[in-house]
Amino acid sequence: MTDTPTTAGTAAAVEPAEGDDPQIAYPRTEWDDYEIVPPTTSLSNEKLTMWTFLGSDCLLFGALISTYLLLRNRQPLSGEESLRAADLFDIPFTSVSSFVLLMSSLTMVLAVSAIARGEMERCKLWLLTTAAQGAVFIAGQVYEFTSFYREGLGFTVSISSSAFYTLTGFHGVHVSLGIIMLVTLWAMVNRGIIGPERAETVEIIGLYWHFVDIVWIVIFAVVYLIP
Amino acid sequence: MSTATEAASGEIHDADEAHDDHDHGLSDFGYIKVALLLGVLTAAEVLLYFVDTGPIEVPGLLILMVVKFWIVVAYFMHLRFDSKLFTWMFVGGMVLALAVYAAMGTSMLFWTDPAGCDLSPNLNC
Repeated sequence: MTDTPTTAGTAAAVEPAEGDDPQIAYPRTEWDDYEIVPPTTSLSNEKLTMWTFLGSDCLLFGALISTYLLLRNRQPLSGEESLRAADLFDIPFTSVSSFVLLMSSLTMVLAVSAIARGEMERCKLWLLTTAAQGAVFIAGQVYEFTSFYREGLGFTVSISSSAFYTLTGFHGVHVSLGIIMLVTLWAMVNRGIIGPERAETVEIIGLYWHFVDIVWIVIFAVVYLIP
Repeated sequence: MSTATEAASGEIHDADEAHDDHDHGLSDFGYIKVALLLGVLTAAEVLLYFVDTGPIEVPGLLILMVVKFWIVVAYFMHLRFDSKLFTWMFVGGMVLALAVYAAMGTSMLFWTDPAGCDLSPNLNC
């Protein structure tokens, strides 16, 4: 140990370090006038990665939504009038499934909140509730697709129907992946693999789930409600 | 020196508190209130769809959509309480998406053949 601080820029460095004689008066140096700046950018890499992924996923859904908007009124070049998805929308039904998905965001955030407090049982309950609400939404989408198909709106009927099924189908795949992640998370919490010290894992899966929700907020308004 | 150290430890303490604030967000009751607000806004959207409100229908639906989007991102995704870097990552992706597809949409409007569907006469749609 030298008699001058070796850690540049930190006032605390002039305090006697471990093993130093506290009786020795260490001389003040110009470094003592520097303020300690606590680290303010100590961000979680995992969380930053998820936000970067979500930012890039905006491009995917942006492409799908704008493609649907551009093609939704296109009819086949054969000249035959074909059905459009908009002709078959059941708005009350879709409103209910939208509400279910919206409320799943509440239960997801309650799961994050519970695990942060160490309430593991409550966290598991909210995770399962969220997954169940996601499953209800997917069941609604399967019902909608089936009824559209029975009405004659197949995937290849027109470019408009292809754009509709691709957009809503991709969203459905995202929700399904989210359900798989939630159930896996529940199993890991149940087996004690994830505890309160790893609450951030639940938060990161929650970010994905909320993203799926906000994408549906846009799809519901732009595709279903706006004429 | 001790003054500097005390000030420094005070700053670190403040930083810890700020970090805690980042992590906490709202209380459970606060989240429930936010969810209720989202439910009301969804009901308002559906009402706007069914009630003939003339020229305010589309702007109204778009405004409600943006408000719902912002509420979920800010409160449920904690972006309001988290680092600004996360906000920039997300908003950056959204702005890029909007800009690219607005440009694409505009170009298709300008270049579309009114009698057909696209730039190429050989491409069926």
